[in-house]
This record gives sequence, C-alpha cells and structure tokens, in this order.
Amino acid sequence: MLKLESVSKSYKHRGRVVNALDDVSLEIGKGEFVSIMGPSGSGKSTFLLLLGGMLTPSRGKVHLGGVSVYDLAPAARAELRRQRLGFVFQSYNLVPYLTALENVQVPLFLAGLSGDRQRERARQLLDRVGLGDRMDHKPAELSGGQQQRVALARMLANDPEVILADEPTGNLDPETSGMILDFLQSLHREGRTILMVTHDPRASAYAHKSLRLAEGRISSNGAQPKIHPCPSTDTRVEHQI
Amino acid sequence: MAVARELDALGTNILILPKSASMQDYYSADMQEEEIPEEYVTTLSTSDLSGLDNLSPKLSVPLELEGRRFILTGILPKNEFKAKMAWQGAGIFARPEGCGTVVDLPLAGVAPAPGEPAQRRIIEDLGESELLVGHDMAGELGITEGQSFTLMGKAFQVKAILPMTGTVDDARAFAHLHTLQALAGKGAVINAIEIVGCCEQISKGLVQKINQLLPEAKVVTISQIVATQVNTNHMMARLSLLFLVIMVLVGGASIANYMYANVYERRREIGTLMALGAGPKLVLQVFLLKALLLGVGGGVAGFFLGSAAALWLGPRIAGVPVLPMPILAFWALVVAIAIALAASFFPARRAARLDPSVALQEV
Repeated sequence: MLKLESVSKSYKHRGRVVNALDDVSLEIGKGEFVSIMGPSGSGKSTFLLLLGGMLTPSRGKVHLGGVSVYDLAPAARAELRRQRLGFVFQSYNLVPYLTALENVQVPLFLAGLSGDRQRERARQLLDRVGLGDRMDHKPAELSGGQQQRVALARMLANDPEVILADEPTGNLDPETSGMILDFLQSLHREGRTILMVTHDPRASAYAHKSLRLAEGRISSNGAQPKIHPCPSTDTRVEHQI
Repeated sequence: MAVARELDALGTNILILPKSASMQDYYSADMQEEEIPEEYVTTLSTSDLSGLDNLSPKLSVPLELEGRRFILTGILPKNEFKAKMAWQGAGIFARPEGCGTVVDLPLAGVAPAPGEPAQRRIIEDLGESELLVGHDMAGELGITEGQSFTLMGKAFQVKAILPMTGTVDDARAFAHLHTLQALAGKGAVINAIEIVGCCEQISKGLVQKINQLLPEAKVVTISQIVATQVNTNHMMARLSLLFLVIMVLVGGASIANYMYANVYERRREIGTLMALGAGPKLVLQVFLLKALLLGVGGGVAGFFLGSAAALWLGPRIAGVPVLPMPILAFWALVVAIAIALAASFFPARRAARLDPSVALQEV
C-alpha cells in the first residue's frame, strides 16, 4: 500500500544541515495499523508528511498504491490526497470561523459535491462521531476532544483508504484520548490503513505494528504489548466518545 | 510671419485694465468695479507706438431682464468688430494684414440686406440708439432684428442679432459706448481696452512701452494669459497624473502588503486545505477571488466617497460646482479591480506555491 524507497530528507536549520530522514526504506501493507514512536525532533512528523505527499523528499521515492507520489504534478498530488488520504492533526487544524458542519463540508466541497449533498454527508459524519447536536458550533465553542472528533469527521469525508494521524491525542486528556484511539481502531477494522505518530506508549499499543524513529533512521519495535483492551468490532464509536 | 498671423488670428492679445482688476474680472465680462478714463484710448492712438493694430474700448454694466442676467456693453463699433476675429470668421470683417497697418474693412459701407443673418452683412457703425444683441440673449428674450427695445429707460432699435460665438458675448447686448456712458451716468470711463497688437512688436517690448505710457493702468497680454493657463493646465494634468500614480502605487502596495500578511496569517489554513486535497490552482483562485471582492468593494466605495467629497468640497475649496459623473463609477471599478488583482497576484501565487508542510508548521 505504502512504500518508501531509500528516502532521505534533509534541510538547513541556521546554516546547519539536519537529516530528518536518512535513507529509509519501508513497506506498509493494506489494512495495517502502524504506530511511529520516537523522541521529539526525531523526524516523526516529517516522515508522516512525506508519506502524505506533503513534503518532497531530498532523495528516494514514495509510492502509494503503486503510484510514485512525488513524480506527480502538485495538482495531481493534491487530487491523490483528496481521494485516498486522510490527515488527523495534533492541533486539529479546524478553520476557526467555520462551524463544525462547514468544516466537515470543506473536503466535500473540494470533491465537487453539491451544497445539499455536502451538508447531508457532513451531518451523517458528525452524527457518527457523536456531534449531531454541535453542528452549528464553531471550534472555539467546542472542547479539545470535540474539536478532534470534528477533525475525524472531516478526515472521513472522502472515505480515505489511508489515515495519517500526527499525535492525534497529544492535546487531549487520557479519557478523551482513549475515545479517539477507539475510534481510530474502529476505522482500522473497516479495512483502512492507519499510520499514527505518537509519543504515548498507550496510544502506540492500539497499533499492530510499532516503528521507532531515531536520528532519521527507522527500526521496528516488534510485537505490541496489549496494554489497552480493544473494543469489540461491533462497538459504535459514537457511543464511546 | 505665419506664426505671427496665427497669433493675430486669435484676436485681442493685449488688455488694458484698471490696476485693481483681475483677469478673472475680465473673463467674467469686464464687470470689475473700477474704471479707467476713456482718454487712454486717445493717448494710445495719438502716441507714436507702432504695432497697435486696433483699439477696442469697452464699458459693461449688468442687466436683469425677465429674471435673467445679461450684460450691456458699450463699444466703439468699427473698432470692436475689427477686434472680434470670431465674428470675422465668416469672412465679413477684415483683420489687419500687416503689423501696425490698420486695413479698412473691405466690405465696409455695404448696406445690410434685410432678412440676411448678421454674419452675411456688414455693420459699419452703430448709432446712438441702435443695439446689437448676442445670439443667446436674442433667443431667450425673443428679440428680432428691427424690433424696438427699451433698456435702462432708453428706447433702442435692434440693428442685428449676432451669430453664436460660444463666449460670454452671446449673452450680451452692444450699444454705442457713449450712449451707455450717458445711461450709466459714469462719464467718460471704460472698463477695458482690448488691443489687437502686432505680435512682432509685442515681442519687441510693446507692452512695456504701453506701461510707460499708461502707468496707472494694468497692461497684460493675452498670450501671457493663455500661456499661463496652458502651462497651469499642463502642470495640473501632470500633478494629477503624478498623484494618480502615487495613489495607485500606495494603494497597490497596501493591498499587496495586506495580502502577503493575510497569506502568512492563513498559512495553516492553506496547509490544511492542501492536506484535504486543495490544489495550487484552487488556492490561487481563493486569494484572487478575495482580491476581486476587495477591488469591487474599494471601487464602489471609492466612487461614492470620492463623488461625495468632490460635491461637498468642490464649491467650498475650489469655488467650482461639481456634478457626479456616473462614467467614473465604471472607471473606479475597473481601476480598483485591476490594482487589487495585480497587487494580489504575487501574494496569491506565493500561497499557491506554499509547501503544505511549511504551511502547517509541522516540520
């Protein structure tokens, strides 16, 4: 599904070359739930952005479903993101002056859906994440957990195959974090591929495979210890969050 | 010589006015308060100055007839006609053909043929009870040739209706200078002497010589006035253009600055949009659409605020009435939109080219 071939990313910081990724090769299969851990500044976010077609590598190739992402023109890469990728950010990245409903409508607008269909689909998604009664609220009127749920609904708008989550629980309390992670797990059970960058070993435990990134190089953490009980497959997330 | 002829063809080119009179007084139909003695005409005509092709002394008094304002001007007819090149345009009145040589009117003495318009006839002289009426004045008061007409308590006979000149003369009646002096009770005074001076002699110091001859009068040349007006107009046009360029540059720079700041402030939103699948073209379109709306808003507001300011300030500051010009709404919109789009293009392109990762500040 996702494949990195000898990917390196370096950039200059105050005149000094920093190697965020150093000759990384990796393959992630369809339907995998992979966590990426590592210390701050180890290049975790860079790695995720590279996978998401948002950061051109200095060297190497990134493939998504057999397509070399960075051989595509910027517009085609944007289309690929819209159709196949979903991003979850630590700071949610909701548009502050749009309501929850309008925020979820954004990717649907980009997909060219009519206004009515956008609103209908956005309502369904917000219902799914348990925010049916908060559709007209702006981000500032929502708690952190609610904002992340809006962001999850927005991420799901175009039904992505691959979810790239960058510290999705980094700003949340443990209880709300658990709810978000349960939701991600349910999305994984739907067959989606999930890559999640995290600092938190409890969050990492939700993944089936854990990778460690240090000094620009990646290594496997091996099998995941089960420190959090997985909810049953038929559990509806909206009842948990 | 050809240039001199061209300059002469402009008609009166030297004015003798009372010391206190301004050129504005002259252009508003010689209505200044102060007069000069008529004997200045004699002084000039008996002097040894060469280059004085024609002298036209004038005295004007205001008239109000049927609620409308007109001017009654006293003239010495033959001379007056010779100075009025606009009336001679149809070939009736001769103009001097050489510097300092007063040529007799070739058709002078031909009796007017009844029914023919004035420009087809010669009016050599003007009797003490005769009146020449300007085109507009005749039209507005329904005056016809041969009609008797009472002005300032004196009965006049309308000798001719003058052709349209497009000047203040159209709202003026002409009587004999001495008749008007008697009616106005002002004695042997005049408001101005218009002189057709030979431009060659003017360049040789004719004006200075007249000044020496008539030290109590103000002597100015029309060419100076015209040149001053033309220069002033050019200067004002250049200044206006300069102000326009400055305003366009300042306005454009302000918009560009605002848009650059806006792109910077919204880089996270731009990055989010790109992460959600927005392409560079859409981001460019979003910012250019914003610029378009700014331009439309600025153009409409600019037109209405500018027109309101001009309507209010024009009469108060410049002393000129200003009327709204709807065509300027079109130009205000076009210019404002063009400036907004041009100034926003580079900031918009910058937004479109933002690396999503940089925009999200995640690296």
